[in-house]
Amino acid sequence: MKDDVRAGRIVIDGLRVRLGHGAQAFDAVQDITLQIEPGEFVCLLGPSGCGKSTLLGALAGHLTLASGAIHVDGEAVRGPHPQRGLVFQHHTLFPWKKVLDNVAFGLKMQGVGRRERDARAHEMLRLVGLDAFAGFYPSQLSGGMQQRAEIARVLINHPRVMLMDEPFGALDAQTRLMMQRQLLDAWTRVRTTIVFITHDIDEALFLGDRVLVMGPRPGRIVAEFTPDFARPRDPSLVTSSEFIALKRRCLQLLHPHAGSSEPLERLTPLGKPAAAQLHFAI
Amino acid sequence: MMASYFVSSVAILRDGLPRATLRVAALFGCLFAWHLATGQRIDLGFITFRNVPSPREVAESAWALAQSPLVLEHLGASLRRVFIGFGLAVALGVALGLAIGRARWAEDALLPPLEVLRPIPAVAWIPLAILMFPSSEASMVFITFVGALFPVLLNTVHGVEAVDARLVASARSLGAGRFAVFREVVLPGALPSIVTGLAIGMGTAWFCLVTAEMISGQFGIGYYTWMSYTIQNYADIVVGMLCIGVLGMGSSALVRRAGELLMPWRRVQEARR
Repeated sequence: MKDDVRAGRIVIDGLRVRLGHGAQAFDAVQDITLQIEPGEFVCLLGPSGCGKSTLLGALAGHLTLASGAIHVDGEAVRGPHPQRGLVFQHHTLFPWKKVLDNVAFGLKMQGVGRRERDARAHEMLRLVGLDAFAGFYPSQLSGGMQQRAEIARVLINHPRVMLMDEPFGALDAQTRLMMQRQLLDAWTRVRTTIVFITHDIDEALFLGDRVLVMGPRPGRIVAEFTPDFARPRDPSLVTSSEFIALKRRCLQLLHPHAGSSEPLERLTPLGKPAAAQLHFAI
Repeated sequence: MMASYFVSSVAILRDGLPRATLRVAALFGCLFAWHLATGQRIDLGFITFRNVPSPREVAESAWALAQSPLVLEHLGASLRRVFIGFGLAVALGVALGLAIGRARWAEDALLPPLEVLRPIPAVAWIPLAILMFPSSEASMVFITFVGALFPVLLNTVHGVEAVDARLVASARSLGAGRFAVFREVVLPGALPSIVTGLAIGMGTAWFCLVTAEMISGQFGIGYYTWMSYTIQNYADIVVGMLCIGVLGMGSSALVRRAGELLMPWRRVQEARR
């Protein structure tokens, strides 16, 4: 299935990212070396605050690296780029733009004319089942619809890589299952490498070709699983014995002695939540 | 029996009576109290209504003014000054606010002097303004400008700084350059706060203008009000006051309407709440 995709290879080499200032600074991720193949669906699984969102922010180009390097198709990551689309946990649709204009935003930035970008945005909205809501403002949509619009807005750029930071984490269980199926469905049609962050074991094993488990402070990869279940995957997969066996091993890794440690502060792809007030210079 | 009657009449007052009726009744109540106070020439020692014109006298004066050509000159002079002063304040306040909110060098270069000037009420500028501007017209416009500038400026700075960093990051990930981020994200993101600044600025602009007109004006509704006092046309004082109130209300409504037209997405959000 991945054979038809040639772009979107990610090579991370000795990555270290420091967050915070002065005495409070700490290594959020350390010594990460890994390779992700074009068209691969990789899930990063780990407890809150373990640095998985930091790794994603570094991939997106929103964080500066303390050491190491990230290359996508041989090109070093130096800043944000539409080839590396980013989806946040809570949607970041522009409240002042209608859904259609939000989805067409990337094309507008490329200088595509109004008529063509509207046509392509409608097409993308049809893909995520939102075409009837093209004329709505984001605040008029439900949480699941907002995330679908956000995904459409990223996919319209045909990115080599789509980076997703717990995109369904704020949705109710029912909606989340529907969104997972729709994401896999969209992914078969707009092929791209996906790096998907979650702390939900079922979600990671159901979606991913590969699941990387991260441990906290400093964030590093502690285990790797390859749930090579056949695609297209059916929701009943989660009750199969192979799935449950894999889930049991993940659980042991993630909660070796449950309840003994304090939960860590949640990090975001833009750094620490307090530091997320960027001050941008001209 | 008595108690239940009382309770039910309260309930009628609360629920049964249309709210509009109560509001209109409250207005007439105030008018009646005014009428009573001036009609009976109430004098409590520390406050007296002996020289206060009655509603009837005020209505007659208003009618007389409405028919004289002077009214247009007074109102026109005030409106012109407010809109020039306010317009300059908006142009400069929004421009400086955007620069200060977005660029650290602008913040360091512009904010300290502005912070020193900010606590000085615009009205305190009047003597110096009279010295600085040979034309009294220009000095009044200047006072109005100073009054409106700070609310507009500070709200713009606050609006720009409060723009969600995630929206900026998303825009950049979608290929927006520096100018596109500014135009597509920062400006619309700061707009609600800017419009709030405009509404506050419009209020202070009127306040400052009326004061300036009372001191150094020729024509203008503030001048008219003060002149009515000096020539002892007491009914005209209240007419002037009412005119100022109506003009202030109208200008605020204009700003609100402009805000609604600029931010159609806000109406949708409010409708959901």
